[in-house]
Amino acid sequence: MIWRVEVKQKDGIFDPIGKSIARDINDLKLGEVTDVRVVSVFLLEGSVSREEVKRIGDELLIDPIVEQYSFDLKGPLQSAACHVVEIAYNPGVMDPVEASTIKGIRDLGVTGISAVRTARQYHIYGRLSTKQLESITSRVLMNKLIQHVVLDPSCVPTTLSMAGPSLSKFQVITVALTDANDKKLSEISNSGQLYLNLNEMKAIQDHFKKEGRNPTDVELETIAQTWSEHCGHKTFRGLIRYREGRNAKPKIIRSLFKTTIAAATLKLNKKWCISVFHDNAGVIAFDKEYHVCFKVETHNHPSALEPFGGANTGVGGVIRDTLGTGMAAKPLCNTDVFCFARPDTSLASLPTGTLHPKRVMKGVIAGVRDYGNKMGIPTVNGAIIFNKDFVGNPLVFCGNIGLIPKGQEAKRVNKGDLIVAVGGRTGRDGIHGATFSSGELTSESETVSSGAVQIGNPIEEKKVLDALLKARDANLYSAITDCGAGGFSSAVGEMGQKTGARVHLDRAPLKYQGLKYHEIWISESQERMVLSVPECNIEAFLKIFADENVEVAVLGEFDGSGRLQLFFYGKQVADLDMSFVHDGLPQITKEAVYHKPVLKKEKLSKSRSADLTEDLCKALSHYNVASKESVIRIYDHEVQGASVVKPLVGSSCDGPSDAAVIRGRLDSNRGIAVSNGINVRYGMIDPFWMAASCIDEAIRQIIAVGGDLGSIALLDNFCWGNPDKADRLGSLVRCAQGCYKAAVAFGTPFISGKDSLYNEYTQNGKSLAIPGTVLISAIGIIDDVRRCVTMDFKKAGNSIYVIGMTLNEMGGSIYLENLEQLGSGVPQVNFKRAIKTYQAIEKAVKSGLMMSLHDCSEGGLAVALAEMAMAGGVGATVLLKKVLYQGVSKRDDILLFSESNSRFIAEVSPAHEKTLAKIFKGIPMVRVGTVEASPEFVVYGVKDRPVINARMDALKEIWKAPLK
Amino acid sequence: MSQSVKVIVLRTAGTNCNEETAFAFSRSGAEVEQVHVNALVSGVKKLSDFHILALPGGFSYGDDIASGRILANELRLKLGEDIKNFIRDGKLIIGICNGFQILVKAGILPGLGWQMGQEATLFYNDSAKFEARWVHLKIEGRSVWTKGMTGNIYLPVAHGEGKFIPRDTKVLEALSANDQVVFRYCTPDASKPSYPDNPNGSVEDIAGICDPTGRVLGLMPHPERHFLFEQHPFWTRLKHPSVIPAKAGIQNQTLGDGAKIFENGVNYVKENLFCHSRESGNP
Repeated sequence: MIWRVEVKQKDGIFDPIGKSIARDINDLKLGEVTDVRVVSVFLLEGSVSREEVKRIGDELLIDPIVEQYSFDLKGPLQSAACHVVEIAYNPGVMDPVEASTIKGIRDLGVTGISAVRTARQYHIYGRLSTKQLESITSRVLMNKLIQHVVLDPSCVPTTLSMAGPSLSKFQVITVALTDANDKKLSEISNSGQLYLNLNEMKAIQDHFKKEGRNPTDVELETIAQTWSEHCGHKTFRGLIRYREGRNAKPKIIRSLFKTTIAAATLKLNKKWCISVFHDNAGVIAFDKEYHVCFKVETHNHPSALEPFGGANTGVGGVIRDTLGTGMAAKPLCNTDVFCFARPDTSLASLPTGTLHPKRVMKGVIAGVRDYGNKMGIPTVNGAIIFNKDFVGNPLVFCGNIGLIPKGQEAKRVNKGDLIVAVGGRTGRDGIHGATFSSGELTSESETVSSGAVQIGNPIEEKKVLDALLKARDANLYSAITDCGAGGFSSAVGEMGQKTGARVHLDRAPLKYQGLKYHEIWISESQERMVLSVPECNIEAFLKIFADENVEVAVLGEFDGSGRLQLFFYGKQVADLDMSFVHDGLPQITKEAVYHKPVLKKEKLSKSRSADLTEDLCKALSHYNVASKESVIRIYDHEVQGASVVKPLVGSSCDGPSDAAVIRGRLDSNRGIAVSNGINVRYGMIDPFWMAASCIDEAIRQIIAVGGDLGSIALLDNFCWGNPDKADRLGSLVRCAQGCYKAAVAFGTPFISGKDSLYNEYTQNGKSLAIPGTVLISAIGIIDDVRRCVTMDFKKAGNSIYVIGMTLNEMGGSIYLENLEQLGSGVPQVNFKRAIKTYQAIEKAVKSGLMMSLHDCSEGGLAVALAEMAMAGGVGATVLLKKVLYQGVSKRDDILLFSESNSRFIAEVSPAHEKTLAKIFKGIPMVRVGTVEASPEFVVYGVKDRPVINARMDALKEIWKAPLK
Repeated sequence: MSQSVKVIVLRTAGTNCNEETAFAFSRSGAEVEQVHVNALVSGVKKLSDFHILALPGGFSYGDDIASGRILANELRLKLGEDIKNFIRDGKLIIGICNGFQILVKAGILPGLGWQMGQEATLFYNDSAKFEARWVHLKIEGRSVWTKGMTGNIYLPVAHGEGKFIPRDTKVLEALSANDQVVFRYCTPDASKPSYPDNPNGSVEDIAGICDPTGRVLGLMPHPERHFLFEQHPFWTRLKHPSVIPAKAGIQNQTLGDGAKIFENGVNYVKENLFCHSRESGNP
């Protein structure tokens, strides 16, 4: 029998959740709503008495101070006063609350409940048409990919069980491949969502012809997953015929990865690079006892369809990368970077099938908040970039830094080790995620690929983390990896590459009965890790995980056969040659052409010395520059207690800090700085200089908090359009070349990276690609965190310096974007000068001269200066004519808003002027003004007339308003 | 050999501030063990072996159903007697953030004891958002945990459900009458706050309370996150005496405002729960 319990707030209790939903509805102009009240619904299945249900209600489901409940309700729920909409999760989407509720009920001593489902009822007050109500439901209350409207809540279902029939008696399915013609081969790839091209299908056909049989469905799935762009990185590792310009002589690139990213690291040959590229994260040395690892991942496709779930599982996934690095690292902090279309995009201009950017943004941020906060991993740093071309494909980058004891950075599966899965159960969720993300999105993606969308359970992953570190420290296993894209197929396939593996799929714990063998094998259910455990340790291993309530399953063994053999209820369903799976991918040559874009030179309309106060306001209120405080404050950015330079600094805790700094361990003053560089508009002008600029930006943020250039390592994340189109691939090649050039010049090796290609949205045959985007993340080691510097001006009377050379490099700037221009003079990097500058700053920081330091990026000197004054609660006077400029004629707008690289603003006490001059001998640096006690920002132009004159509180308000 | 102050930092699925809480106690001179609730329930570990029970922050069991609810029930139903005895024996309990929610929902705080069960709650913030920000707290009441602390202190909060609501005015009056309100949110100059100085809409700006004995403390802000000087959000300003004129406590550039709370707990145990026979050296 099923009991239905409804929990709602007592009358007179303020319902903030309902209020905020009402606000969202009114904000999106979906109808005029006066109030919304939320009711939680619990369906409890089992044989329990009325008294027991009452006890569950009284002691578990309600808070007696503020809530009340009722159960087995009869009669009409639709009250005249409000509209009632009830939303429940689709079958197969697991709400973690259900398992917790069952635990809570058992703790009460009530044992008769076998299943729980939850739902949410919304009581919406206001006059609404049916159409308005439908649009509120679909745009605010639910996402049809994971939820549905319960049409008649009074009709209680007969069972909550998701179980299908047991599949212990089943047929092994084979695919008729060996005599298929080309057309048929393509059909097999398409209908099976394999995303394999004809060449690859033919290679598989040849292989099975040699074996004299047809493959089973799960064998084909395994190959498709291993060879997918997502797992195999075919573009970065394959052959490319590259030309710069249509008529140039083509050049063959053998592996873009090896010739650019990895080549830089190899050339630099830093001894503190402990483990690069081959593991789940890059590892560098930290102190005498520990190393640190860093990985940044993308989760773009899932976030486009279900922003909360996509970002949520993106964070969960990158944390598992840390857990799966070496013999498992302990996660220390997250960094997250997003690219969205602008929040003020009109509903009418959205392509069909896409969500409004406001909703995407809200969902993504909530997803990150949920996973990071619940796992207790601080989100210490990030960025949000807005551009209209992200409307079909938002980008979600999730990064994690971990700490790993020395000696634990390597792993090795031994023949005879058991294959052990730990953590969450396997369900039908996330099937075909790996192959799905290797294709373009279309307006039908949401229906075809809904299986690829999931929501995470951070508490499950936290339990895995707690148990895992204990098992690691007890030396109970020989290797570990995470179950990410491709699920068991990818994890076991990778781990058993050298040894071979024998897997009994029926031994995997399932969320519900009825999964087919291939579904178990490729399911991407979250919160799972795979380990190899020597048989002699299995007892001790099981005990540790049982103590933490984490489920463990022994799936089979790494048997030394060199083959991948899968069984289901004793019957063999796959028998693959490991070497074909991993090395059989046919080499293909992709065409790449880079066309230098034909761009209009920027037109600076204003006269030379016009008032620029309004332009500063526009720059400060540009979405990219505007304060992100409202986002940062919903992330727990201080849990674990290690933060030293927080994302918000200054006298009112609202200044936008450069890099974040955390301690590696609470009992030491050695720290880790983390930063990100990203700028898509530069890439529209030249991807090479976008890459160099992003690297410079990431590095200079670390320098700005007191880091050392010599300790910095980099990560790359390329998000691009379809690499099968020559122009997309051409600009990708040029970007990777910029990465090589800058990394080598700065002496900063790449240690890890990722690419997410096929970010295109196809509608009615027209394809919208994202602007090619590279995210550079940087990590640096800080000797002593007590020497760190923040960007807030500290004291009136101190001198303000501009460090670095300003050039006429307005291309791609915020200033031009506000004038609806792109421009052509993209910022470049003078590496020699930059390195000298960074080294001098290091010296000045170590001598304690720098009272504050801030890097100049989007919005140029004007924005950087204003931010420093706002953060310090002070004013500033600046003389532009002092600013060092390399160019034909000095213009106020160029000096203020050019985004030349490698520049900083510094605050120094007048007493230290001479010492400073000595350190910066031969390096562009000049005193331009003074920190003022009066809260005014006054800038005098080259002709000594004021060109900016604004009150600090007014500027702050303008800067905070857009994303409040 | 001197006797050591033993602290149990209790954790379960979703607890996530246990390490920094353990660090704060161990830096304050205690011997700390982080113990899973399963080990107490099964009897592998005994609560009576410890002097201080710390319930750290986090999302116990995901805060599913309501924050702290499931662990509160587990403590009440499975460890209720042990906890009662622990308090009766004169020992100390501190619940921080999720730990405070658990103490309140288990009926251990405010512990007025007129009837069994919950006398107050911590409900959704009025802003309907998770709030990670720093707050000023006025120190009041009488708790052994805040001995010698006066004026106001600066600590971070990080929670979505921190709005303190008493069952009725009788509870509220009793809290005041018994000096059980230990921390109230205030403005930087210690006056009546509005949002965001009161970050959640708590009734009468209550941020932390103790039981009638003063030995059981619960608070939403995180003292363990302002244990070290460099955890202060603008320590880079404070370290220049010329920028911020020195105020009491700030000259100490190693420890933060929260450190005194842990030190008080440890010292209380040393002064009140240990036999002071220096000669024998044995308890």
